[in-house]
Amino acid sequence: MELLVASAIGVMTAAGIYLVLRLRTFPVILGMSLLTYAVNVFLFTSGRLKIGAPPVLRDDVTVYTDPLPQALVLTAIVISFGMTAVVVMIGLGAFLGSDDDHIDDQPDTGETGGQS
Amino acid sequence: MTHWIVAPIILPALLAPFIVLAARYHIGIQRVFSVTGVIALIALAAGLAWSVSDGSVIYYRLGDWAAPFGIVVVGDRLSTLMVLLTSVLALFVLLYAIGSGWDNRGRHFHALFQFQLMGILGAFLTGDLFNLFVFFEVLLIASYGLMIHAGGNTRLRAGVQYVLFNLIGSTLFLFALGAIYAETGTLNMADLAERVKLIAPEETVGIRVAAVLLLLVFAIKAALVPLHFWLPSSYAEAPAPVAALFAIMTKVGAYAIIRVYTMIFPPELEVTSGLHDLWLLPAALVSLAIGMIGVLAAKKLDRLVAYSIIGSMGMVMVAISLFSPAGIAAALYYIVHSTLAGAVLFLISDLVRTGRGSVDLSTEPPMLGTALTAGMFFAGAIAMAGLPPLSGFLGKLLVLDAAYGNTLMVWIWAVVLSSSLISVVGFARAGSVVFWKSHGAVAAEPDEDRLRPSVLSYAAVGGLFALLALHTVFAGQVHGYTTSMAKELFAPEVYKSTVLETPGKLSKPKEKED
Repeated sequence: MELLVASAIGVMTAAGIYLVLRLRTFPVILGMSLLTYAVNVFLFTSGRLKIGAPPVLRDDVTVYTDPLPQALVLTAIVISFGMTAVVVMIGLGAFLGSDDDHIDDQPDTGETGGQS
Repeated sequence: MTHWIVAPIILPALLAPFIVLAARYHIGIQRVFSVTGVIALIALAAGLAWSVSDGSVIYYRLGDWAAPFGIVVVGDRLSTLMVLLTSVLALFVLLYAIGSGWDNRGRHFHALFQFQLMGILGAFLTGDLFNLFVFFEVLLIASYGLMIHAGGNTRLRAGVQYVLFNLIGSTLFLFALGAIYAETGTLNMADLAERVKLIAPEETVGIRVAAVLLLLVFAIKAALVPLHFWLPSSYAEAPAPVAALFAIMTKVGAYAIIRVYTMIFPPELEVTSGLHDLWLLPAALVSLAIGMIGVLAAKKLDRLVAYSIIGSMGMVMVAISLFSPAGIAAALYYIVHSTLAGAVLFLISDLVRTGRGSVDLSTEPPMLGTALTAGMFFAGAIAMAGLPPLSGFLGKLLVLDAAYGNTLMVWIWAVVLSSSLISVVGFARAGSVVFWKSHGAVAAEPDEDRLRPSVLSYAAVGGLFALLALHTVFAGQVHGYTTSMAKELFAPEVYKSTVLETPGKLSKPKEKED
């Protein structure tokens, strides 16, 4: 199972980075979503992989799983979900306003190009 | 246990929804509440800074859960100084936003402003790495709204860049946190500092990766070359008061580096050896050089100021990456100076925009209110370029002095001094084009965009200058304070023992460790 989870994180991260490097809003936002999925699974596994173990301490339970990564993942999921919505709205506004969905500065506009 | 330490986070957190819900359509009421809130923050911050000025550490457990398990808010001299700096800066920025009418050019400026303050102050006060992430997100979410305040296509496009770059930064932060948690099983800073030392030398792969990832995240925040690409466009396109407030945001990155890399991964730690002097110092020197060359190359005033921010962050990071008490003391002195100077310059570039209709570095007829604006630009440029008599010069001397005897001393001195010269030339060129040559030019057509800046705008900029002057006059006292702060940072026993040994719910730290 370790191999499966690790390769899933790796593949999602690689695909996410590839898409982020496309420098157009749609692929970049998709890539960001993949990266956040990868990081969520990664955070989840940071408490070690255990199957069928409860996350709370009880007297009759000897094997339990760490509850803290689950709380961290929940926070991370909420934040990344909200951020994706925000970036979709801003990206949509920018695209509708300037009819261009490049992320990087375009040299031909002369407005923001050149130095960075 | 004092409850006051959590008040700088709670106050804006309550004020912001109140402004949205109750005063949504009344800009006057919003302004009153926002300014009152910031003044109350200054009083709180001053009180907190006073109460820890003897070297004690104030500490608050939310829900009374003991340290490694619960969320903690910690105030020592460093964090309270940053809180005080933030709230004072926020007051003048807010006054400028009101005076120039920026807050009325879009919705919810004041609510977002308060949320932004909550995030920044929370990031300074938290004693827990995951909450540092959460407060980073709070300040970023608010900053996304502020950055595209008042709209416009160029601003939205710069906003997309800014948001996406920071989202990638946040993702990296989460990877770093996951790796740290997997290696140590805790995210509380004081607890981490104890546990990182215990990791066996042959099992440090994970923690090394985590330390480097964490440094990358903070370097993105601090706009260290080569991770600075988000800064010029977004700071230049953001509304000027917002950009002035953002001057403290790069310092959040610097603060996080100081905090984490003196306490959790100190320079003498085997795991992260080489990270500070081999990687951080050259990157800081390159940032300093690139920033100041950008000042010389910029075609617009706002972009020029944005590059000078990168340059001054380079200077701060040079001082930090020495990782000696003298270096950190100089860095803290310079952080206060560069925050104020950067904010002043952004506000002045907006005065120019108001009086002249554009911030292009081209010859145009004299702007409205040119004498006062030109005088202020002159003083601001002196401060940022680090010429006497203002505090930039003293800060630079302290950095040079701290670097004396370092193995890379020749490089540090050469880059600091030559980049100062370049920035002087850059600022002189901009000033002469914008202010001097304008007297010969004739207006092509009357321009309705030109307005005389209001008295309150000038008063806000003047207030920041007064702070810079105070920072210069009381340099001895301030530097003495930052020196004792730096000593405390390198021997954080009080911090650790206060956080870990104060009893609370679930507190049996000795038995819990396995």
